[in-house]
Amino acid sequence: MNRRKFFRAAGVSALAASAPLFGNVNGLVWAQSPSPSSAPRTTTLPPSPYSNLLILIELKGANDGLNTVVPISDPLYPSLRPRVGLERASLINLTEREALHPSLKPLMTMWEGRELAVIQGLGYPNPNLSHFRSIEIWDTASKSEEYLDAGWLARTFAQNPAPKAYAADGVVVGSNDMGPLSGYAARTIALADTAQFLRTARLAQAGRDERNSALKHILSVETEVVHAASKLNTNYQFKTTFPTSAFAGQVRTAAQLAASNAGIGVIRLTLGSFDTHANQLGTHANLLRDLADGIGALKSALQELNRWDSTLIMTYCEFGRRPKENQSNGTDHGTANVQFVVGGKVRGGMYGEAPQLARLDGNGNLPFAVDFRSAYSTVISKWWGLDASRVLNGRFAPMDFLA
Amino acid sequence: MTPLLRRILRQKFLAVLAASVLCGLVGVGPVAYAKPDDKLAQDDVRHLLNRTGFAASMADINTLTGLSRKQAAEQLLAATRDVAITPPPAWVTTPITPATKLRDMTPEQRQAELRLNNERAIDLREWWFREMLATPSPLTEKMTLFWHNHFATSQQKVRFSSLMYQQHVLLRKNALGNFGSMLRQVARDPAMLIYLDNANSRREQPNENFAREVMELFTLGEGSYTEQDIKEMARAFTGWSLDRETGEFLFRRAIHDAGTKTIFGKRGNFEGDQALDLLLKRPETAQFITKKLWREFVSPAPDDVEVARLATVFRDSGYNIAKLMQAILVSDAFYAPENRGALVKSPVEFVVGTLKLFDIKTPNLRPFVFASALLGQNVFAPPNVKGWPGGEVWINSATLLGRKQFVDRLFRNEDRMEPVMNALDEMADRSGTPPPPGRAQRQQRLAERAMSALNWNLDTWSSTFNQPSARDNITSMSKVVLAVTPSRLPVGGNPSDWARTFVADPAYHLK
Repeated sequence: MNRRKFFRAAGVSALAASAPLFGNVNGLVWAQSPSPSSAPRTTTLPPSPYSNLLILIELKGANDGLNTVVPISDPLYPSLRPRVGLERASLINLTEREALHPSLKPLMTMWEGRELAVIQGLGYPNPNLSHFRSIEIWDTASKSEEYLDAGWLARTFAQNPAPKAYAADGVVVGSNDMGPLSGYAARTIALADTAQFLRTARLAQAGRDERNSALKHILSVETEVVHAASKLNTNYQFKTTFPTSAFAGQVRTAAQLAASNAGIGVIRLTLGSFDTHANQLGTHANLLRDLADGIGALKSALQELNRWDSTLIMTYCEFGRRPKENQSNGTDHGTANVQFVVGGKVRGGMYGEAPQLARLDGNGNLPFAVDFRSAYSTVISKWWGLDASRVLNGRFAPMDFLA
Repeated sequence: MTPLLRRILRQKFLAVLAASVLCGLVGVGPVAYAKPDDKLAQDDVRHLLNRTGFAASMADINTLTGLSRKQAAEQLLAATRDVAITPPPAWVTTPITPATKLRDMTPEQRQAELRLNNERAIDLREWWFREMLATPSPLTEKMTLFWHNHFATSQQKVRFSSLMYQQHVLLRKNALGNFGSMLRQVARDPAMLIYLDNANSRREQPNENFAREVMELFTLGEGSYTEQDIKEMARAFTGWSLDRETGEFLFRRAIHDAGTKTIFGKRGNFEGDQALDLLLKRPETAQFITKKLWREFVSPAPDDVEVARLATVFRDSGYNIAKLMQAILVSDAFYAPENRGALVKSPVEFVVGTLKLFDIKTPNLRPFVFASALLGQNVFAPPNVKGWPGGEVWINSATLLGRKQFVDRLFRNEDRMEPVMNALDEMADRSGTPPPPGRAQRQQRLAERAMSALNWNLDTWSSTFNQPSARDNITSMSKVVLAVTPSRLPVGGNPSDWARTFVADPAYHLK
């Protein structure tokens, strides 16, 4: 609460300082959205751990890890998946044991440049197979049987606030579900498209102080919206060509947000649906192509902005899919899974443990090798240099994909 | 003085000026409010009815004005219904498709079955919204929503919409009845048995899900039991299952654990109902429920002393919910000035309340069901067994801008389709599977028809504020639309413009 109060006090004066854009901050006149020409291009942001940007990509519906990074040396793979299994010849070799889905070809330049980390076997004890519950576990970094109110990133920002001059802690692109940024204290903005957000933000107004705590909260959210709108812009013209998929639209928005140089710690994108219970092959190939093309475009755009070395891109989802295919040419809910981490500072290579198809549990699912909270712990402690054990309510050994 | 500083000072001055104008106009500061035996003024009754319903009509307000707190609460509670007046969709009585039959289906047939159930779930939501608007007993709806959130169960896991309907009927029937009896029925409720996995709980492998939640979320609250209590209680509920053909409750003796259990230090051959009795004997249960009702009806910060007093009333009454509500609705805290407008409207209250307040009639409520879901509350699909967190969590940048856009479009009388279309897009996104070709277009046509059928004219509504003085009209409209004084003052304009200003005010999200 103190932080919020502090932010609001500070935020309002920050707005007053940019007076030409906001004729009035006290609640009598509609806030005007900044006109593109007058928005600052190169404001200097105060130093902060969050000058290292994190871009999360949620693979909604649970991506099939075994057809993403295929265990080519495991003889059980083709026998568990006679119809859903991928043709050996079509795959792109990563190592002697693992190969990528052909749609992921655009990631190979990053693999060869040692900028792509592949983490296998991410999961948690007592896996829950419900989408809703399991993504909540990933979002809040809770134990399987524990319910936490705030997302792991919301807790990170609550314990280690971003500078007040930042536009927002995080921006959620293309979804109204705040995911890991949900919960108290997070200054999170949800938008589909920056220009559209700036238009809608005109309906919001920075608020005055209030004794009623519910009203205070609403006004503080409004103030956050106005504050973010005052910092964001759509001025930068990219030389990068973005693909045309819906996901590429999110990628373009993310790049635009980075180009705003407005101060944003986290951007979360969503791609889906990966819930391929039936006729998986075509759907999955298209989704992975969108993913790889999107990451390729992001890299190009971030390099243009000179931000590739200060950006970390990480995929995540609630679980993987069952090794044995189902009767509908698809796969059902599973457990441990593979995720990608990409960025200029990433130490590329294989991490975690390859799937053990011979050691499935009673439901025919994979045992996990690395707790997903170790990946989070790596981001918190190594990417941002913050105390991860406090955020994660326990010690999770950081991984080596960052120095 | 720099121009910047001058500008800031001028703004401060304007703000102070505006604040003083507002105070004079709508009247803030210490407000005298009715004591238990005082006669309720119009504003008190409006507060009572807006908390216990969705935007009170003038006629309803007049009926209770002049009564004492006690009389008003008694009248309100005496008039509550336990059965909906709106006829349910015809399919609610059709039998479920048994798992055995599902297994024999082709993938396409299974897909069709799933779609049918999703479609029915939307039907069900629309039916409930219709009832919320039509009912003469809105408190029943508020209480049913409360219990739906308390015994949270989701269509997304249960799948069978008819079972979701059955549970809803149970909650509605008992909404102001006896908590103990409701608890016993919920423990046997097929949707709950599926949702918390008890249907598959057997002696050899008890499932602890229900046993854990019945203590943590339904009765005692966290920290009043041990992991061992959970394990032992889970044994008592083994065999509480379903008939897979009919979907009805079935006690399967063969997989029930009839052995001796130790729960809360007591040893016995406890059966499920006896285990529930143990929970009802604990004082924590009444405290837990009372506190939750306080957060729903009184304020976000329960007063421990008052909660203890009210919980005793509840427990001594043998868990009579109406008695507890009566005690809450006559309490000083309920009418305290600082608690007026202290609660955030849920998305359902926001959407249904807007329709009701401005007398917006429509034959198709689907777009509004979708709007509420988009704003964070999809009834029959709470996020998890804890239900919606509620309170301030309802409002974040996305939902707040969503709410603003909703009223903005509705009140601008143009582009009425847009919020609905956005909602539909979002729903299609969330359902996890891409909608089959044609469905999006069908939904769009449906929504277009619905919106064009909106029978509503803001000017007609506003014209009822027709006293000679504009000042008086603004004041009375403000009281009708907002639970607290507005943050923003209408400047000039006609009565419809004032209404637009008020629904855009942050105070519009409070009750």
